[in-house]
Amino acid sequence: MNGGILVLAEQLKGEPTGVAFEMLGVGRTIADELGVQLEAVVIGGEGDEIASGLGAADKVLKVDMGDDQMPVSDTVVSILDQVSDKRSPALILIGCTNVSQGIGTRLAERRGLAHLNFCTKVNIEDGRPVFTSQLFGGKIFADATLPEDKGVVSIYPGAFPAEAGKSEKTPEVEKIDVEVPESPVVFKRFIEPEIGDVDITGYDVLVSVGRGIQNPDNIELAEELAAAMGGAVSASRPVIDQGWLPLTRQVGKSGMNVKPKLYLALGISGAPEHQEGMKNASMIVAVNTDDKAPIFDISHYGTTIDLFDLVEVLKDKLEEAKGT
Amino acid sequence: MNIIVLMKMVPDVVEPLEIAEDGKNLDKEAIRMMASESSEHALEQALILKDSVGAEVTVAAIEAPELDDALFSASAKGAVRVIKITPEQDGLRADISASVLKEFIKQECGSPGSDTLIFTGSQAIDDLQGELGPTLAEQLGLPFIGVVTSIKPVEGEEGKVTAIKEYSGGLRGEYEVALPAVVGIQAAEQPSRYVPFAKIRAAMKSGSIESTEITPEVEGRGVEIARMYVPEVTGRAEMIEGDPETVAARLIEIFKQNGILG
Ligand SMILES: Cc1cc2nc3c(=O)[nH]c(=O)nc-3n(C[C@H](O)[C@H](O)[C@H](O)COP(=O)(O)OP(=O)(O)OC[C@H]3O[C@@H](n4cnc5c(N)ncnc54)[C@H](O)[C@@H]3O)c2cc1C
Repeated sequence: MNGGILVLAEQLKGEPTGVAFEMLGVGRTIADELGVQLEAVVIGGEGDEIASGLGAADKVLKVDMGDDQMPVSDTVVSILDQVSDKRSPALILIGCTNVSQGIGTRLAERRGLAHLNFCTKVNIEDGRPVFTSQLFGGKIFADATLPEDKGVVSIYPGAFPAEAGKSEKTPEVEKIDVEVPESPVVFKRFIEPEIGDVDITGYDVLVSVGRGIQNPDNIELAEELAAAMGGAVSASRPVIDQGWLPLTRQVGKSGMNVKPKLYLALGISGAPEHQEGMKNASMIVAVNTDDKAPIFDISHYGTTIDLFDLVEVLKDKLEEAKGT
Repeated sequence: MNIIVLMKMVPDVVEPLEIAEDGKNLDKEAIRMMASESSEHALEQALILKDSVGAEVTVAAIEAPELDDALFSASAKGAVRVIKITPEQDGLRADISASVLKEFIKQECGSPGSDTLIFTGSQAIDDLQGELGPTLAEQLGLPFIGVVTSIKPVEGEEGKVTAIKEYSGGLRGEYEVALPAVVGIQAAEQPSRYVPFAKIRAAMKSGSIESTEITPEVEGRGVEIARMYVPEVTGRAEMIEGDPETVAARLIEIFKQNGILG
């Protein structure tokens, strides 16, 4: 590979996000195997606190933003473009997150580079990084290389160990001066999730419903089952987008990250964006009529019977068991 | 306000997906195409603005199987114009699709004015190479914001909208966007409206799909796909077979063994 690796150390509300460390971890592995430099870019942030926590990088490049602590994606693209001019990296890693959405794509377009999205695995084969990406809701994978091993890769959060990107070392920090353009998009404020409804992150048991629940009236079935187990009802995105349950119940990329003792998934396919919020549950049980649904790949137990045939029976048996 | 919704057709993943003989593509024969969920949301968000502030909604899409149905449905829902762009393109290249759509936008409005919003879906499931919205924004030199779940005009300020974008954990951000702009819609403020089949049939009868031909400029910066495959399963679930009674009994046993039930 002809050049180093540049990682955008993503931040949200002044803190580095998990994917920043995941990218540093996988970036470190590639850099060591191929004998190239790993550099992290920190945009904004108070003082040097964030930069000094990125010791997995050989060097941290710090761009000051003054009062602007939430630079919009077009601004980040312009900054990374200028930093890339100065550093000529071969590979640029960006988080495949909602925060960074659009940055990798636009940067690649501006620099005439290839962009690989949704990357969940990297292998070095014959001295070249081969990237695995997930497509079609996690049902298909693709292995691909970049032309001349140069380009932008968006790293899927939760796919790589964050621990590998954490280091006690103090990195060398270099301040980089760039021109920060005015953007027609202006950040105004954060909107916190509404409280008042159930906090699904606090439950040991979650009965989670997906599109397979079919209509809002059927949510009650899940409510009853959850009640029989002392749990709460959570859901995948389509159920929330349909307005059948409030946003506070959404599990996944845009929703909550949950780690219950039991996650019972009813009629959920297990798309990557959903998995992002629940794959660390202690036990996952999936009920899905499609035996190829990706949810089964991360579940401990599964069944392909129709959820509507199972739920009532399961509830009755649970109540019976409690009675005895 | 003038809203152009760029709709994208993607394979329906509820159907089984098969790999083509070359091992690098999906088997086109085996797939059923449908409008991507986020482009349906993009259309709905445009129609919500049409209802609330009187926007003119145009829907355009690159040719694909089942596209006519999607366009007729958009027309029945309230799009004033529905346009098909031929010929068909390979869905895995956002940069190629964007170069076609850039030409389309130029044909349509020259250089988009401060009353113009271009909506795309936030992100597509078949897009290995980048996303359409930011690529198109870059090609047109317009601002971009993605993962948006609400768009409203800023009161008293022409040519500005307030956009709400999702982050994670239910946290969202409010942004002010000066138009023209490209916006990636993740979800509309409301679920997609229902349109009775009679209305779609009426749209079909009036034969209102316009058509335009644009040949893409193909750039040589594509990734090299080595292979596409159904993922090898690493930690597959232990499957519980039997009738509902048997499955329920086994599940309860498992819950008890693992200290989940009291
Ligand atoms: C930027 C972005 C952010 C996103 N954020 C999130 C997020 O936070 N959370 C989230 O969940 N998704 C999120 N998504 C959406 C995600 O990609 C998927 O579209 C979504 O998770 C699919 O939900 P689902 O599994 O309920 O629906 P589907 O994928 O439609 O699956 C329904 C499943 O139900 C099964 N089924 C149907 N009927 C029955 C029955 N009677 N019995 C048993 N099984 C049945 C089917 O076999 C199918 O597998 C996001 C997407 C994007 C692009």
